[in-house]
Amino acid sequence: MKILVPLKRVPDPDTKIRIKADGSGVDFDGVKFAVNPFDAIALEEALRIKENLGDAEIVVVSIGNDDCVEQLRNGLAMGADRAVLIKAADELDSLAIAKILAAVYKREQPSFVLMGKQAIDDDSNQAGQMLAALLGLGQATFVSKLELIENNSKARCGRETDAGIETVAVKFPAIITTDLRLNEPRYVSLPGIMKAKKKPLEEIALSDLGVSAMSRTKILALEPPPKRKAGVRVKTVDELVDKLRNEAKII
Amino acid sequence: MSKILVIAEHDAGQLKLATLSAMGFAHKVCAATGGSYAVLIVGHGIAAAAETLRSYAAGCVLVADHSALKEPLADRYAHVINDVARSQQATMVVGAASTFSKDVLPRAAALLDAGMISDVIDVNPDGNDFIFKRVMFAGNVIATVKLEGALKFLTVRSAAFMPPQKVAALSPVTSVTVDAGSLPAQIEFLGSEAKVAGRPDSTEARVVISGGRAIKNSEDFERLIGGLADVMGGAVGSSRALVDSGITPNSLQVGQTGKVVAPDLYVAVGISGAIQHMAGMKDTKVIVAINKDAEAPIFEVADYGLVGDVYQVVPELMEKLRK
Repeated sequence: MKILVPLKRVPDPDTKIRIKADGSGVDFDGVKFAVNPFDAIALEEALRIKENLGDAEIVVVSIGNDDCVEQLRNGLAMGADRAVLIKAADELDSLAIAKILAAVYKREQPSFVLMGKQAIDDDSNQAGQMLAALLGLGQATFVSKLELIENNSKARCGRETDAGIETVAVKFPAIITTDLRLNEPRYVSLPGIMKAKKKPLEEIALSDLGVSAMSRTKILALEPPPKRKAGVRVKTVDELVDKLRNEAKII
Repeated sequence: MSKILVIAEHDAGQLKLATLSAMGFAHKVCAATGGSYAVLIVGHGIAAAAETLRSYAAGCVLVADHSALKEPLADRYAHVINDVARSQQATMVVGAASTFSKDVLPRAAALLDAGMISDVIDVNPDGNDFIFKRVMFAGNVIATVKLEGALKFLTVRSAAFMPPQKVAALSPVTSVTVDAGSLPAQIEFLGSEAKVAGRPDSTEARVVISGGRAIKNSEDFERLIGGLADVMGGAVGSSRALVDSGITPNSLQVGQTGKVVAPDLYVAVGISGAIQHMAGMKDTKVIVAINKDAEAPIFEVADYGLVGDVYQVVPELMEKLRK
């Protein structure tokens, strides 16, 4: 069994996002980067599947510049076997990413793909579904429970939908995107970091992958959201009820 | 000229109100630039929901009703949307920003080699094209974006677009032929969690009462948060902390990775206000925060803040509201 896990390099989730004064982009000066938390959950699940089965190969892949090596090494330190960096321009939208991942998929021929449901920077929540469409494969999105069934030929997935948990089965190969509650990713250990240095990390230029992936989304400007105007403190429940009834007229 | 296809959403035949906001988006675009919009509803046993959709001045209500479409499986629904978007020569396909649209629409977009923008909160014409605004980075950044291509897919935030005015003339209904044999069958539906009846969905309610870390167990959550919601006729929500500690089910979580709500009134009970939580509720009209920590960040966005122990404040509030 082979599991492909894409890892995206994103600003650490605890970072306060600052927009450049001219609105042309986010100011990443001094910002710490991390593996997208949902992708770390996907990798953790792949590692647990491998531990359960006794054997599987886990390949992590990133798309971007040389900085992504840091996140790939992190994935290798967590326990992935091999890493692939697709070297590409920074700004790619979800459809472009899905096209690149489709090419990586064809090269690697994994049993299935496990990836985060969304990246916490652009919050698009599209790439996995698009990848499934491009490859003509089944998909299970927002998965918070995953179980291999029928001789590891299918996954039974609990999906987090607005109405509650929905359970589906997908035949392999398939694309599975992970939600928050699937697991808690392990910490990277020192021996893990040492071992990761010896694991293979292959770099492939986008042009060598034979895929034309242009971003159709163009970001023109960024701005902070409008600030809510500061409210008032009330001292008692009576005052609160009075404000809601007579000032906000909401009850 | 825009030809917009709105994808309606329903829950076992019950129309989701967020669909009307997606129609409001379509109405706004057509009013600004000319064009027309159609609504597509896919499912089984959806005649009543389709009838409701006829009252909002859509050019046409398209109904794909088949037993093979009873469950909202992404492979089948995307297949139908792909067919209809082609036959309608749509220039935009739009849905509400919900887990349903997020599952199905990107798949359909890729089938049509179309780009997609998620969580749109504004649209303006720009020559023959459009400029959109969308939220990113857990609601901390609003991006102005363009999307190239003759066909664009979008999800829209329901708080950002008013439903269109109801009109007397009903939209014509067209039935979409579904060839069940050609539908993909890669995803098998096994079941869904029984819904808790009684309280409204937090994405549709006028009032949402949400509980956070200050609530110690599920009995207290039901008594205080559920109790206050029932007094006010509202829905319940929860912070991530309570879901993680097993006190509330996943489906109640409000935030960047949970539901995005924009009610008239949001009461944050014992919620400190992490940015990921605020991403899910800061478009609320009136926010009330009750927290014993006077420095909690939730007070920075609250219209009315009350510093106090939720175990004392909430019962007193329920009692006074009942009067």
